[in-house]
Amino acid sequence: MTETRQPARYTEYHPRWYRSRVSTWWWLAQWPYLKFILREISSVFVAWFVVVLLLQIRALSRGSEAYAAFERWLQNPLIVLLNMITLFFVVFHAVTWFNVAPRAMAIRFRGKRVPDFWIVGANYAAWAAVSLVLAWFLVRS
Amino acid sequence: MDISYHDVLLVGGGGAGLRAAIAVAETNPNLSAAVVSKVYPMRSHTVSAEGGAAGVIRPGDTLDDHAYDTISGGDWLCDQDAVEIFVKEAPEELLRLEHWGCPWSRDSDGRVAVRAFGGMKNMRTWFAADKTGFHLLHTLFQTTFKYKSVTRYDEWFVTRLLVDEGRVQGVVALQLMSGRIQAITAKSVILCTGGCGRVFPFTTNASIKTGDGMALAFQAGVPLKDMEFVQYHPTGLPFTGILITEAARSEGGYLINKDGYRYLQDYNLGTPTPQPVLRNMELGPRDRLSQAFVKEVEKGRTTDTPYGPVVHLDLRRLGEKVINTRLPFVRELCLKYENIDPIKELIPVRPVIHYMMGGVHTDNDGATPLAGLYAAGEVACVSINGANRLGSNSLPELLVFGARAGKAAALAAMEQKPPSERVVSQALDEKLRLEQQFLRKTGGRERIATIRSEMHKAMENGAGIYRNQTSLQKAADKLRELRERFREVSLDDHSLTFNTELLAALEQSFMLDVGSAIVESALHRVESRGAHQRTDFPARDDRNFLAHTLIFNNSDGSTRVKPAPVVITRWPPAERVYGVQSEVKQTAAR
Amino acid sequence: MAETISLEVFRYSPERDAEPSFQRYDVPLRKDWVVLDALNYIKDKVDGSLTFRWSCRMGICGSCGMMVNGEPKLTCATFLSNYAREQGPLRVQPLRYFPVIRDLVVEITDFMTKLQSVKPWLIRGKEKPISEGEYLQTPEQLDRYKQFSMCINCVLCYSACPVYGLDPVFIGPAAIALAQRYNMDSRDEGAHERMDILAQHEGIWGCTFVGECTKVCPKHVDPAGAIQQYKLTATIERFKSFLMPRGAK
Repeated sequence: MTETRQPARYTEYHPRWYRSRVSTWWWLAQWPYLKFILREISSVFVAWFVVVLLLQIRALSRGSEAYAAFERWLQNPLIVLLNMITLFFVVFHAVTWFNVAPRAMAIRFRGKRVPDFWIVGANYAAWAAVSLVLAWFLVRS
Repeated sequence: MDISYHDVLLVGGGGAGLRAAIAVAETNPNLSAAVVSKVYPMRSHTVSAEGGAAGVIRPGDTLDDHAYDTISGGDWLCDQDAVEIFVKEAPEELLRLEHWGCPWSRDSDGRVAVRAFGGMKNMRTWFAADKTGFHLLHTLFQTTFKYKSVTRYDEWFVTRLLVDEGRVQGVVALQLMSGRIQAITAKSVILCTGGCGRVFPFTTNASIKTGDGMALAFQAGVPLKDMEFVQYHPTGLPFTGILITEAARSEGGYLINKDGYRYLQDYNLGTPTPQPVLRNMELGPRDRLSQAFVKEVEKGRTTDTPYGPVVHLDLRRLGEKVINTRLPFVRELCLKYENIDPIKELIPVRPVIHYMMGGVHTDNDGATPLAGLYAAGEVACVSINGANRLGSNSLPELLVFGARAGKAAALAAMEQKPPSERVVSQALDEKLRLEQQFLRKTGGRERIATIRSEMHKAMENGAGIYRNQTSLQKAADKLRELRERFREVSLDDHSLTFNTELLAALEQSFMLDVGSAIVESALHRVESRGAHQRTDFPARDDRNFLAHTLIFNNSDGSTRVKPAPVVITRWPPAERVYGVQSEVKQTAAR
Repeated sequence: MAETISLEVFRYSPERDAEPSFQRYDVPLRKDWVVLDALNYIKDKVDGSLTFRWSCRMGICGSCGMMVNGEPKLTCATFLSNYAREQGPLRVQPLRYFPVIRDLVVEITDFMTKLQSVKPWLIRGKEKPISEGEYLQTPEQLDRYKQFSMCINCVLCYSACPVYGLDPVFIGPAAIALAQRYNMDSRDEGAHERMDILAQHEGIWGCTFVGECTKVCPKHVDPAGAIQQYKLTATIERFKSFLMPRGAK
């Protein structure tokens, strides 16, 4: 918030409002705000996952030699650490979004709004289903 | 001195004020209408109305039925020509509100739903869930945004009317935020400030309902009408005045005294049955229930609390399931605002002031005897409420007569000259008075809160549910004393910025005037009728008192009372039968 | 001596004070007393200059919103006893992100202007005469917008919204929810007109979905939901007008 300059002195009939400034650290004041900021930051890590995936595809397209080099790169402890943090944020991102999904989706069935529980549940179910399909592919190979 | 000019001024931004503002804009969009309100309009007390709004819309129901219910409910003190206008225009107004977006509750075919309501023969009460007043007010407020010719003065308090050459020319108002006091002139002024429940200690009314408009008119020489008729609701929460609806009793709630005894059986209200029976015990008429409470207090069988004697409403026996499914709003109110869970605890209740039948004397167009001054809504007395208002008539009343007053005031304003020069000096005098009496004064001995609580006590004891010559005279004397002492009030707060203590002082002085008018009018009416019950004159006396009471303020501060005829068109006075007797009478008639 | 509770109340007098301060009061702790009752007790018995707004004391007029221990609350519905066990005094401050006029009274003209700017009234192409009766609306159609019509304009949601705090041009939760109330009303035909106001940066796209507005709403209006749902509508409309430049309306 921009601070409006207040008149130096109060003059009759001209109320002098007090405006408090929003602190740079406002998001540390309350857990819901911190959670919100973390959710926003998580997008950086989501982007990082996308980059990793693109690199992986590029390596794959360049043959087994390149892919082996990519795998070695992945085993770098720093990269492992970064990816662990990334995993945490991506899960955090998904979970917080699933929890607010019913706010954004007002689905109606037979004239009644579908309860929040079902919308959140459907999201988790879809997540679980996709994960299972992927797991099945991995186990099979 | 700043001065602003408008054509029509609305004092008060509740249902009546906003409806009138729209009526002005629709009558002539070139007229400048201004709404001066001491709170933001959507905070007005219309917002608290829960029940509904009566208007004949269903086949099988007739305008005559609605008129008859209103007139008999009002104990034949209603002006029947006004009631006929009212019942005819009520459905139109409610429909208009529908066209403006009011979310009325609906039947499955998409038509507006109506329900039954106490005292109404047929189903004709429109409702928007249990928040009818809220939706009505917000719909009106949002609709006024459409009209460019409507200006708002939000959080401005009117301290007096400007009267010159025998007509109203505007008001003097205080802007809360800045402390600026200025003249706002207009060719017509409509008072829409609502009732004055706050004159009494226990009321459902919000803190803003201090009878401002009644006092403003009274001070300007305009008579108040039928001020002795004050409606009680039998079951309010003692401290907050929150209303516990009749439904709590019709679902089977018991009213018990401190011994756990269903005391209503001692007052000719039937015999206790485990299940609720219509018109029996807890479902007897409202006024009889309130009167029984007073008798219990006299017998010392009520429970004492920090807020005075109470009886209890016992819902515990209904169980969690019934309370949650049938009375969720009652439970919510108790839990959220009183910290009481009716599933486990008794609810302390007592009769609370609910509505003022009386008010500023007007004709059917809201015009008062003072040229240019109009009034509509609870502040006014047309009268369609007579000696006792019927439930769900107050919301359509403020729409019908708000619209009529708005239209009449607009047409009159178009014929009127600009304000006279002299109003500026009047406004300057008023500014000086406020500064001398409150803002610059120090060393007074009296606190507003003390005066207020003594006034409350005087009104409760003297002009409560039961009155008599002695009690009323005592109250009148006390109020006179308080008016004297009020001169000695001094404020802690001498600030110009949002001085709510100054506001409280101005409201307090208004309330003392209005309180006196109630007491003096009640002294004058030596009969019992509707909400006015005198122990020394328990019967209705049509020979001498089938008349309105007009009370005037003399220039020396004393008052004089004059009767005015009641308009009877098609319904000659009959006995007002209700409760247990009504069943007998109706059966006999069949 | 009955039990008491300490309140630390924000005080600011523009005529006297350069900066606000906190004043401490001890008030009786009663089971049925809310924060507002404590303030009224102070005003009546201790200090008549304490300044705050209130009216109905039943959560419907929307006047008495304040920050209670850092959270936006209707003080008529916030029991003192809920805070009795907490450490330190109960802190009462004016609603956050609004300019303070005095003590606990904030300036809300900005909100009122925004409320009006979203055209919160029923817009019809053609009005039906009153004599032809009501516009039909089934209970299901009513139910679609009912929730958004419950707003009492208490502005707690603005005090919960960091976006509004950081950038006051944001139209904000209550005003957008009210616009959505009319958009979803089967009788209304003004959605297109409102879109110009809502679908701009200061409108729905300013919202980053913190979601706190919905949590603090005393009337369960869910403004966060209204905004997200409107984002979806606006996006679909945008695509429609892109794909069908002439036909989309």
